[in-house]
Amino acid sequence: MSNHDRYRKWKSAAMSGLAIACAVLVVAPLVFVLAHLVREGFGAVNFAFFTQLPKPVGEPGGGMANAIVGTFALLGIALLVGVPVGLLGGVFLSEYGSERINFWIRFGADILNGVPSIVWGMAAYALVVVPMKGFSAWSGGLALGFIMIPLVLRTTEEVLVLVPNAYREAALALGISRWKIVAHIVVRTALKGIVTGVLLALGRVAGETAPLLFTAFGNRFWSHHLNEPIAALPLQIFTYAIAPYDDWHRQAWAGALVLVLLVFVLSVGVRLFFTDWKKRRSS
Amino acid sequence: MPMTLNEPSASAAPVARPTPTAPRPAPETPAAPAAPAAEIAFDVRELSVFYGQNEAVKRATLQIDARGVTAIIGPSGCGKSTFLRTLNRMHELTPGARHTGTILLDGEDLYARDIDPTLVRRRVGMVFQKSNPFPTLSIEENVLVGLRLNGVRDRAFLQQRLEESLLAAALWDEVKDRLKRPGTSLSGGQQQRLCIARALAPQPEVLLMDEPCSALDPLATAKIEELIQSLRERYTVIIVTHNMQQAARCSDKTAFFYMGKLIEYAGTRNIFTNPSNPQTEAYVSGRFG
Amino acid sequence: MTSTTASASVAAPKLAPPSRLADRAFYGITLLSALAVALLFVLVAYLLYRGAHLSIAKFGWKFLVTSTWDPVAEQFGAWPFIYGTVISSLIALIIAVPLSIGAAIYLTDLAPFWLRQPLVSIIEMLAAVPSVIWGLWGIFVMVPWLRDHFFPLLKKYLGFLPLFQGPIYGVSMLAGGIVIAIMILPIVTSVSREILRAVPDLQREAAYGLGATRWEVTRIAVLSYARRGLLGAVVLGLGRAVGETMAVTMVIGNRPEIATSLFAPSYTLASVVANEFTEATTDIYLNALFELGLVLMGVTILVNILALILIRTIETPGSRRA
Repeated sequence: MSNHDRYRKWKSAAMSGLAIACAVLVVAPLVFVLAHLVREGFGAVNFAFFTQLPKPVGEPGGGMANAIVGTFALLGIALLVGVPVGLLGGVFLSEYGSERINFWIRFGADILNGVPSIVWGMAAYALVVVPMKGFSAWSGGLALGFIMIPLVLRTTEEVLVLVPNAYREAALALGISRWKIVAHIVVRTALKGIVTGVLLALGRVAGETAPLLFTAFGNRFWSHHLNEPIAALPLQIFTYAIAPYDDWHRQAWAGALVLVLLVFVLSVGVRLFFTDWKKRRSS
Repeated sequence: MPMTLNEPSASAAPVARPTPTAPRPAPETPAAPAAPAAEIAFDVRELSVFYGQNEAVKRATLQIDARGVTAIIGPSGCGKSTFLRTLNRMHELTPGARHTGTILLDGEDLYARDIDPTLVRRRVGMVFQKSNPFPTLSIEENVLVGLRLNGVRDRAFLQQRLEESLLAAALWDEVKDRLKRPGTSLSGGQQQRLCIARALAPQPEVLLMDEPCSALDPLATAKIEELIQSLRERYTVIIVTHNMQQAARCSDKTAFFYMGKLIEYAGTRNIFTNPSNPQTEAYVSGRFG
Repeated sequence: MTSTTASASVAAPKLAPPSRLADRAFYGITLLSALAVALLFVLVAYLLYRGAHLSIAKFGWKFLVTSTWDPVAEQFGAWPFIYGTVISSLIALIIAVPLSIGAAIYLTDLAPFWLRQPLVSIIEMLAAVPSVIWGLWGIFVMVPWLRDHFFPLLKKYLGFLPLFQGPIYGVSMLAGGIVIAIMILPIVTSVSREILRAVPDLQREAAYGLGATRWEVTRIAVLSYARRGLLGAVVLGLGRAVGETMAVTMVIGNRPEIATSLFAPSYTLASVVANEFTEATTDIYLNALFELGLVLMGVTILVNILALILIRTIETPGSRRA
């Protein structure tokens, strides 16, 4: 083997080593942040955290009960906004659309997916907060719902297109109306995948803070009505993190741990749980 | 000199019939659905079927008897499946599909302007090559889907149709204790019989079968052939098959297609033992195909 | 001719006639929902424009290049934020792109098979971590470490560059860039991986057949083929970087000043809106923030369009029916 060949081999090995290093560095932040979350947050997560309201400034103790409930309320509203439009839009792309119109709609959805979430917050502010003259769960949920629409649309379409044509044909041959075929047979067959897509979108918006800053706004107390400002887990974490009180910092870590668990369950957990979807369909 | 049925001047009667009843002209029924006592189910005249520019079926003319089993045979690509799919207006769902000529079912033009294809497909059922029971539905739901999704709510009636269809499909005994299990939990042959039950539940006049056994093992095939025999009293069955022995076993009349043209249409015994057309003879004796 | 049943104990009910109206209505609803995508665009652009109209009227195009941000004197300009956004995103790209592409190469060609899916899952998890949590970690872990260890090191060895001069606070442009880099790692890695996976094996095999080493195969057969798509991945990462809000606002210092030093605090378009929106006391103040939002939206849309154009030529849009 010539010297040059030896050099080439060495270079190849070095590059492989670099690639491994890159992979390690990419993974490292996750390890760091999770380690910290567990270390700082675990001790702070207690029963009080889940059941109590925030204590007044400076007083130790209290919890984030209202923020946890608030997050779920906002997610509920987001579902109502995002799922019908996204799902039906995905149905259109899969069952009725043409090549051209589908291309543009998909393109548009991909662009919308890239719009920063704070912009959606501003839109919801202009649309709901201003006329209502106040912050509310509705505006926050709407902002989150806006974010969900293009996500759900794309995942729904991807899943519906995978439904074998044989089922549509069989239903047509039975003389069933087109819309019933789509609604009762095609969507039903793809339901698991659709639900997966919705949960993934929920996981994405559950962690969003920016759009809520001036829509849901946050609340130190329970919200009694969806017309009022409402607390949310990410908002609370933010408020506590930038405040000067140590006890609040401790609770911010606790909140972060809970939030990360929620988001992981919705995002990655769901995918792992439903992963037999693709294998089953091919039977 | 025997005539093939592509001659436009030929009489409506086929060349030879195994049953001795004298042919009667089909009574004309105006726009009334499902007129009983018609001797001829499908009256096909000068049917040409196209995919875009490609003429898959070339000017076929034949009359298919009501009740009884008619087989359509021919080598791959001869147009038999395409022909079948025009009989229940499934062909038109393919982009670029069109046809010329007429098809009458019980005397009505199947493709008249005011006819809803969905209604046609309720009268003319279809079973496909690969069984396709709906995966999220149970056996019971699969059988009844053609009724339920078309608005039938009467539970007693549905229960009755469930049992009757599964009996007709020779599946009742095997599944009667597990009707709530998913449709896909059955074996391949059972699934195909389930699809047949599903097609029969809405009580269509005609049952089209597009190579129903080609994906099945011989045992399952035999069961289905038996079931086809049992259907001939009550249904018009038209079966496309590339298996000549199957056609010989199951059908009363056979149509032989080659390269899109209807070459010969006669009683099954005659087609296989004494065909009039030399091409038919070459095919059934295995010299090509 | 209908089949007669032996004991027709129940009269056959009629099947419901197919409803053209229902078919059309369903088609209509789905069409409207799909068009909602277009409608959302128009809606957001309109709402932002309307919210910004006072500021647009008052400042015009100069808004984009004015450096003052003075709510008291009611003078607003976007330049500090544009500068902050651009520089922090650039820093993020410089850090993240080599790492991501390297990791993507590892994932597609080098990693043992059993390791691939777990790694992909880990990267998905990385992508799922909310921005505010990165910010939290940034404030209490990363920034102190930067302030106490890393920045002094940089100043010591690279202090001859104006980039690494000046007082060290911890919160800084560089901190912002680093945290953005962490957040765009997953998307650039996964898109790059998709691009690299799409390179046909034939290309690799041909190169191997010519006696190339592993690295040479990657460099010649894979990377050059995938060049355009990888560029698209990078541009996509840029799009994400520009829009990052929470983590940035928690570590970048939030000062609308333009400095050469990377140790100096800065401010981005997204973070100023996040920080000051609820503090905006006057109409013109709020309008100016809306105008910043408009600029932000415009920039991300343009960047994303560019990214999609670069990527789409490699990925197939949608999939054929099974």
